[in-house]
Parts: sequence; structure tokens; C-alpha cells
Amino acid sequence: MALYSEKVMDHFKNPRNVGVIEDADGVGEVGNAKCGDIMKMYIKVKDGVLTDVKFETFGCGSAIASSSMATEMIKGKPLSEALSLTNKAVAEALDGLPAYKMHCSVLAEQAVQAAILDYYQKNNIPYDPAQFKCTHCAHDEEADE
Amino acid sequence: MFVYADNAATTKLSSKACAAYIKTAEETFGNPSSLHSAGQRAKEVLEDCRMRIARILGADAREILFTSGGSESDNQAILSAARAGAKKGKRKIVSTAIEHHAVLHTLEKLKKEGFEIVLLPVGTEGIVRAEDAAREIDENTALVSVMFANNEIGTLQPVEEIGALCKAKGVPFHTDAVQAVGHVPVDVRKIGCDYLALSAHKFHGPKGVGALFIKRGAPLSSLIEGGAQERGKRAGTEDLPAIVAMTVALEEAVAEMGPVTKRLQSLQTELIDGLAKIPHCALNGDRTRRLPGNVSFCFEGIEGESLLLLLDEMGVCASSGSACTSGSLDPSHVLLAIGRVHDVAHGSLRLTLGRETTKEEVLYMIKCVPAVVERLRNMSPVWRDLQEGKRSYIL
Ligand SMILES: Cc1ncc(COP(=O)(O)O)c(C=O)c1O
Ligand SMILES: [Zn+2]
Repeated sequence: MALYSEKVMDHFKNPRNVGVIEDADGVGEVGNAKCGDIMKMYIKVKDGVLTDVKFETFGCGSAIASSSMATEMIKGKPLSEALSLTNKAVAEALDGLPAYKMHCSVLAEQAVQAAILDYYQKNNIPYDPAQFKCTHCAHDEEADE
Repeated sequence: MFVYADNAATTKLSSKACAAYIKTAEETFGNPSSLHSAGQRAKEVLEDCRMRIARILGADAREILFTSGGSESDNQAILSAARAGAKKGKRKIVSTAIEHHAVLHTLEKLKKEGFEIVLLPVGTEGIVRAEDAAREIDENTALVSVMFANNEIGTLQPVEEIGALCKAKGVPFHTDAVQAVGHVPVDVRKIGCDYLALSAHKFHGPKGVGALFIKRGAPLSSLIEGGAQERGKRAGTEDLPAIVAMTVALEEAVAEMGPVTKRLQSLQTELIDGLAKIPHCALNGDRTRRLPGNVSFCFEGIEGESLLLLLDEMGVCASSGSACTSGSLDPSHVLLAIGRVHDVAHGSLRLTLGRETTKEEVLYMIKCVPAVVERLRNMSPVWRDLQEGKRSYIL
């Protein structure tokens, strides 16, 4: 049995939307090198819609595939919809992840939120803090438990 | 191209050992504990194997116990010495920070039972110092356990020196020689050990079989209760085909050791030199005092699991000490012990060559690894920060 689904391997080997957006409207970075996964998300926003999304990831196969899938799921979508993206949805879209790898997909969800939060704050757009479940590393949270 | 470069994890069964396995399974199927001729024939074969393995290790046949492999041998050696020590009020065990989990987890279990466990540090070269051991060994020490060769970075430990030290102080000494036996000369009297663990699948024998050397007179208690096999110290009908195959594999490995070592060392040098050209990387463990087939590197700015997956796509089977390959949050304890910080330890790669590794395969790896490292660095925010000077290079 392979460790990962075909879809995970496809997104890992051919990641979509890799790179940077030099004039990004929002940038979010989550995770840290200590725990082994770091995700950085760049977004362009126009009229409340994500017109472009790019990512860079330092991490395992599942972290890279989750970032890639997350960018595909939110690109072209309104911010409100992108904000409701969950790591479960990302994992499901990838045809599942091994249980011990779920924490890597949490980072994808958080990177999207962090980028949108950065956009709101840079542009002084009022927002509901309750919408942002997390702005820090998922691994830290686990370690705190 | 398919390249198997994970010989420290396990090796391919040798065809001679495989043939011996099948022949024994078909022809010598009797139970060595049975009284009849079929059983007695099996018993003869079993005792012949014991003698042959003992001869290779420089031991006496009565000092060899057959087990299910390295983990069981390590467990039994440590627990036997610990139980015997505790009876005399000795509750301290001295070991190292780079032992295999078969040793470390057994020690953790003993710690919960009230033993004092001291893990000797290693320097950046990945080798413990006998002086450090000497300082820790005292009248309360029930056991010293130091591995012969490390499984991740391949470094050879000063077991003879530590063995002599233990002998002088009258403290039992165990060495986990799982990575060494069949690859470098191992002689129990030279080491002066009381216990030595070995495992067949690391030297082209079958998986699930190994042995424990116990010096005559050293305490031995059983882990598995039942019949009187192995002088009552290891119950269960012996896996004779596996034991025969292990014996054949070991004899073969020892007979070929000279030329194989020479060839491996030259391939190892070529591979290390080839990979060292990658910017911001470092070899893990001492350059020369290491097993002939071990090549272990850390690459800055990338993570090990993705490295392995991409190498696997190119046909290269390798291993890594990153957290994400183990399912834990921490990278390898061995890499941390040699002073690699978390960030860098996550980007580790272990390539372990074996006697079937060819020069073409090494050249192929020298081509694949830099390409994969570069590909991953190009999508790494850490690498970008390093390149843009927002973060400083560690390697
Ligand atoms: C140093 C060392 N000790 C112990 C073991 C455990 O051996 P086995 O797999 O035979 O239980 C291994 C192999 O993984 C090892 O490399
Ligand atoms: Zn991960």
C-alpha cells in the first residue's frame, strides 16, 4: 500500500500555484522550522475576490500537497468562502491523508486565514476576529496540549 | 533505474541463504526438542549453527542464544543485567544518546521502575568518549550499554576501550552490534563484552531472526516463558530454517568482508564527495570512523520526507531522520545529539550502500540528489529567506 493517495502524489509532484506574488495584497506564513513544516501563502484580492493565490512550502509530501490543493480550492473565490475552508475539506479533496499527517493539512487552512487577515489589517478593513480560528502554528498548539 | 540505498534498514536475502532456508524447511522440519530421529536431526543442525556463529564471533557455542532479532536481543540483555543488578542494589545504567530505540525504550521502561539512566553525549562527530563513560561508571552501575555502530550516521563507537573499562571496574557491558556484525570485524573477546546483540536481516539473512551473545557466567533471564528451548532462556520452537539461513548469510558476509569493504569505501567516498558539492549541506558523523556503506547528510532549507518521496519517484530508495517520516514532531534523536538544530535535522538524508551497490548506481544518485534538493529549495520559503538574507545559514 502506498503511503499517499494518487491525488496527494499528483499535487506533491506537480504542485499548482507555486511561487511568490511580488505585489501581494496579503501574505501569511504559518508553522515553524522547528516542527518541520512552514507554509507561506500570497494572495491578490479584487472586489472581495481572490484573483490570484501562490504558495511556498517547506515540508513533507502532505504539507506540499495540502498547500497546492488549498490554493486551487480558494482561487477565484470570494474571501468569505476562502475563510471557511477547513483542513478537513482539503484532506477530503486529496482523497484523504494518513491520520498522523492531518496536522500538516491544518497548516494549509491556517496559511489561507493568515494571508486574508494580513490583507484586512493592511487595508484597515474591519473584520470579525472570531472568523480567524488560528493565526499561529498548529504544531505549537499540539505541543501545548 | 532502481537503486536500493537503504541497507541499514534491511538487506536483500542472499541467494545462498535463501537456498539454505528452503532446503532446511523442506528437509529438516523436525522439532529440535523431539526425541525421534527427525527431531534429533534438527537438533544437530541447530547446534551446528550455534557453533558456527560462535566461531565467527570468537565465542563459545554455549554463549549463543537464538532470538527473533536485534530488538529482542537488546531487550533481553539489558533486562537481564538490570534485574541482576537490582538484586545487588545496583540501579544505575550508563548508555548513550544515540542508541537504537530497542535500547532507549527498554531503558525508559527501567527508568519508570526506578533505575537511574545516564545517556552519554556525543560530540559533533557522533562518537562517545570513553573518558565520559569512565566518569559515570561507579559501584552502583548495573550495566553499560554502548552500540558498536550507529544505524543512522554509521559512526563506530570505541567499544573495545569501553569494554576494557567495564572489565576493570567489574561492570557488565552490552553492545548493540546489529549494524556492525557482518560488515566490520566483531570479536566478543576483543570487545570484552558480556552481551552482544546481532540481527540477521542486516547482513543479507532473513528478517525476524537474530542472536544474543551472553558471556559465560553473565546473568540471563528469559523474556518469553514456556518450553525449555535455548536452555530455558527463550521458550518457543526454534525457527530452524531462519537460523540456518542466518548462519549461511553471516559466513558469506564474513568471507567477503575484505573486498566488499574496500569497494564500499571507495563508493562511499565518491558519493560523499559528490553530494558535498551541494551548497549548504553537511555530512553527519565522522568522515572516516564510520561503517563503509553509510552516507548521511543534512541539507538546509528542505524537509526530508519530500526528499525521499521525490527520490523514490526516480527509483532511489533512501531514508531520512525527519519528523514527518516518523510521524512524531521531533526529528531523529541521533541528529539532535550530534548538534544539528531542528531546522536542519528535518532535512536529513541517509543513503546506505550494500555489497550489491554498483558504481553506476552511485553516479545516478550523485545526479538525482542535487536535482531533487534544488527542486525543493525552489519552493521553500525557508530557502528564500536564507537566500535573501532574512535568515542566516546554519550549514
Ligand atoms: C542498531 C540497531 N539495533 C537494533 C535494531 C533492531 O533490530 P531488529 O529489526 O532485528 O529487531 C536495529 C535495526 O533496526 C538497529 O539498527
Ligand atoms: Zn508534515
